[in-house]
Amino acid sequence: MNLPHHPRIPSALAGIASLLLPAASFAQEAAGPAYQAASKYNLQPPVSEIASQIYDLHTLVLIFCAVIFVAVFSAMFYAIIYHRKSAGHEPAQFHENTTVEIVWTVVPFVILILMAWPATKTVIAMKDTSSPDLTIKATGYQWQWGYDYLKGEGDLKDVADGIAFYSALATSYEERTNVKPKDADYLLDVDNRLVVPVGKKVRILTTANDVLHAWWVPALGVKQDAIPGFIRDTWFKATAVGVYRGVCAELCGKEHGFMPIVVEVKSVEDFRAWAAERQKARTAGAGAAPAPAAAAPAAPAAAAPATPAVAAPVAPAAAAPAADVPARAATSVAARSASGG
Amino acid sequence: MQATHSHPAVHDHHAHAQPTGLMRWITTTNHKDIGTMYLWFSFTMFLVGGILALALRSELFQPGLQLVEPEVFNQLTTMHGVIMVFGAIMPAFVGFANWMIPLQIGAADMAFARMNNWSFWLLPPAALLLVISFFVPGGAAAGGWTLYPPLSVQMGPGMDLAIFALHILGASSIMGSINIVTTILNMRAPGMTLMKMPLFCWTWLITAYLLIAVMPVLAGAITMILTDRHFDTHFFNAAGGGDPVLFQHVFWFFGHPEVYIMILPAFGIVSEIIPAFARKPLFGYTSMVYATSSIAILSFIVWAHHMFTVGMPATAQLFFMYATMLIAVPTGVKVFNWVATMWKGSMTFETPMLFACGFIFVFTMGGFTGLILAITPIDIQLHDTYFVVAHFHYVLVAGSLFALFAGVYYWLPKWTGHMYNETLGKAHFWLSVIFFNITFFVQHFLGLAGMPRRVPDYALQFADFNMISTIGAFGFGITQLLFLYIVVSCIRGGEKAADKPWEGAQGLEWTVPSPAPHHTFETPPVVR
Amino acid sequence: MSQSATASSSTAPHYFVPQPSTWPIFGSFALFFMALGTTLWMNDVGWGKFMLIGGLCILFYMMFGWFGTVIGESEGGLYSKRVDISFRWSMGWFIFSEVMFFAAFFGVLFYMRVISVPDLGSLDSRLLWPEFTASWPVAGPGIRESFQTISAFGLPAINTMLLLASGVTITLAHWALLANNRPALVRWMVATIVLGTVFLFVQGYEYVHAWRDLNLQLDMGAYGATFFMLTGFHGFHVTIGTIMLIVITIRCAKGHFTPENHFGFEGVAWYWHFVDVVWLLLFVVVYAL
Repeated sequence: MNLPHHPRIPSALAGIASLLLPAASFAQEAAGPAYQAASKYNLQPPVSEIASQIYDLHTLVLIFCAVIFVAVFSAMFYAIIYHRKSAGHEPAQFHENTTVEIVWTVVPFVILILMAWPATKTVIAMKDTSSPDLTIKATGYQWQWGYDYLKGEGDLKDVADGIAFYSALATSYEERTNVKPKDADYLLDVDNRLVVPVGKKVRILTTANDVLHAWWVPALGVKQDAIPGFIRDTWFKATAVGVYRGVCAELCGKEHGFMPIVVEVKSVEDFRAWAAERQKARTAGAGAAPAPAAAAPAAPAAAAPATPAVAAPVAPAAAAPAADVPARAATSVAARSASGG
Repeated sequence: MQATHSHPAVHDHHAHAQPTGLMRWITTTNHKDIGTMYLWFSFTMFLVGGILALALRSELFQPGLQLVEPEVFNQLTTMHGVIMVFGAIMPAFVGFANWMIPLQIGAADMAFARMNNWSFWLLPPAALLLVISFFVPGGAAAGGWTLYPPLSVQMGPGMDLAIFALHILGASSIMGSINIVTTILNMRAPGMTLMKMPLFCWTWLITAYLLIAVMPVLAGAITMILTDRHFDTHFFNAAGGGDPVLFQHVFWFFGHPEVYIMILPAFGIVSEIIPAFARKPLFGYTSMVYATSSIAILSFIVWAHHMFTVGMPATAQLFFMYATMLIAVPTGVKVFNWVATMWKGSMTFETPMLFACGFIFVFTMGGFTGLILAITPIDIQLHDTYFVVAHFHYVLVAGSLFALFAGVYYWLPKWTGHMYNETLGKAHFWLSVIFFNITFFVQHFLGLAGMPRRVPDYALQFADFNMISTIGAFGFGITQLLFLYIVVSCIRGGEKAADKPWEGAQGLEWTVPSPAPHHTFETPPVVR
Repeated sequence: MSQSATASSSTAPHYFVPQPSTWPIFGSFALFFMALGTTLWMNDVGWGKFMLIGGLCILFYMMFGWFGTVIGESEGGLYSKRVDISFRWSMGWFIFSEVMFFAAFFGVLFYMRVISVPDLGSLDSRLLWPEFTASWPVAGPGIRESFQTISAFGLPAINTMLLLASGVTITLAHWALLANNRPALVRWMVATIVLGTVFLFVQGYEYVHAWRDLNLQLDMGAYGATFFMLTGFHGFHVTIGTIMLIVITIRCAKGHFTPENHFGFEGVAWYWHFVDVVWLLLFVVVYAL
């Protein structure tokens, strides 16, 4: 749904309006080139149960806020209009009332509890990364992502395990410097997408190679900081096939705005087919999508002994990826820096 | 024997020549002079920080990279934040404290008038260090005003200069706050009990406590960044048992009280102005004192709501969510009390009142977006997006800055002896509020739709609102030049101001002439 | 304190407001040069250290001059009872700010021992640090070198005795002052200074021993960083405290202070006790546990 370009429509109305849409439109938007159809005034159409809960929670809180806002400022504007000297109003002298103070302390407190209750349930649900169907590690680099498919369970067992590749911005330098016109997925396009099956619980482990990054895909409702030297996790279960795009959400240096995330959700059969193809290429050693997997876990331990006692102030694996960066990624990184970007 | 001569070390102010010219300002121990210097310094920094903002908004006018390289863009955003927080907003409120606290409590000057001078004169060297940092190899600090490691550990010497500047600014703040606490506790005129004190003094008393408590924590945090950078410590490095998130905890333990440090004095100013222009006493004075104190105490236990995405356990997320939501209660109480003060008053809407009412309206919007962000699952989506940028600009610009403007217009007659141009003042208000909303309202949508912070370029669907925001920013910036004109004109001349130009104003400051004499209350008044 | 209409005609004004002063601006120049000099020096611009030293010289000049002026004003009878109260409040709040500074570092130690180090040794972290077991003292998963710690019940225990004893001696000095017993006052103050100085020498010896023999250095991960930062800042505060004690002792010898009026002495005594308490915490949390 595209609201007309009217920047002053309060987001509350936009939120309420979008709630009135038939649910089917969410799925339809989700299936298409996702970003083009997204509402400009609200959270992106949710493609997971958690994202849905967040969307609804936001709408609920917004409505509460809007109602209180209108009530309070109606009173204030009433006073501004009718209790003014030019209207001849004489000032009253009352200046305290304990009952009223108690009322307007307790009532907001109760309203807060009404908001905190559903929020608590969602917090607990978001933290439950147990029993995933697929575990993938996402490593943040300056300035791209690396994905390692670690483990599948159930009917995904051994399907994608071991697949690993880098995922870097695919938007060309010429588009960024306004030499060529920008395509629709400007800054949201990568060379290798993260492919996952629909309807399966995917656990994402995050870590980083150098500085803080954050893995964020709004439509899936996940954002998790990637902390060098530490493993953190989050999870999602996509409810619809499609392509969902996100960005790095923690300042990580000069190309922070240029390391997007693209998740392609396929049906389980399509996922298996994709995985099979990647496995063939991997075991055949074609090297088209080189594996950071071997490098990354070993790297933190490996880098340290090289500089005994005085570990560099930067996180452990600083040295390793320079050596391990495969030709593909190195080219794109080199191209960016060579052209002075 | 009655001493008819001056004691050797005590000077009759008129018997010995006081320094004039530049030396007057460098050596002054007078709270009015020092307050004036703080205010001019802060306004200068505001313009510098504003130019940095216009530079970055210019880059963001359209998608694509047009004006600056990404690394320079990061310097602009970082230094805009550092300069506005530490160079503009905080010194401005200290300037108000200096001018008004002794006048409002009937004291001759601050408790430590000479140390007060140093608190001010530490600011220009710190500002100089920040300016110099742009010109060293690697440029100014570029890791965000929050200086998160390991990125801040990676940066060049500009980061070291910023760290030392922050140390100096911190020392200035701590000394200034000790001065304010001591002045308020020890130098009130006879009869002025704490509960008879103007609310502006209360809010500054509480703010000063916060500053004394948390500025040293910032000092500790940035010292650790320095040692990680140059002395091979591993505070924020996992290889050495450290953790980048540790910095975030220490920083935000400072950082969250810091934002209340920047708003509580604003609450105080607004609490002076609304009763004056409603011609009605402040509603619920006692409740306002308790509410301000509650906000200050709660501010110590909510810091990790800036860190909901680091991966802390759910119990921690829930604790910080509940504690943060709780702050809405005393804040709401204050808003209700202001509205109740206006209710059944007899209001006029000169410029101070316009800004004060504008403050309540627009700050409350910022307060609500703060509540939205307090809710962890929502924050997971909105953290590090333009929604947060919108939120804090609503509370800091429409909040703190508007309150500062309100205070300037309210007390300019006392400071200068002239009335400012009321028509121009109103124009400044309306232009500011309109352009402010154009700039920042659309940023809520950008954040909701998925635009991250601290990026020099963005996907195409964010283009329209970015263009609108940039236009608003330029309008807002140019409008502040009008403010400069109004203030300078008022200083140079204008309608003579009465001792109490505002009919409903209360307080000791209105019992002295306008402009306030260089020395006031050398003998303390008795307050009934 | 009798007041008259104008401040100038009473010996102690209602509240003393100092005349314009140049001391603060010297301080500003000092800190500026110290900051810029240190930055240059840390970034391998050698002459930066001269700028730092220059700044330090200006700072010492300012401190000497400013405190000298204050002492002159105090001894000149310009400070009324109310000013004395102001000094008490401000010293108390200053010490509180120092407490918060140390609290930050104690917080860091707590976090490392209870949160980050155990996390790095946890099951999930096996992915990144397969060989690390969390314990304490420890450097960190990426540091292969080992180190030894200083046992609490050697020199640190002696240091504890020294500081506790100095807390006693300064109290005895205070009692001597209250009894107007000047010789005893000076004697006990000198004893306090001696104890403080010996503490510093012992700490210095310990540092050298740790650095050379135990391989315990600043870069030795979590333990090294927290050990040296906490004890280092503490030692720095003991140094400042000792200098303050020397100044006060000289003032005592010169006949400053009366049994009724001796805030300068008390303020320094409070600071000294604060330094002592921080040490006790350090002893327990850094050395013993």
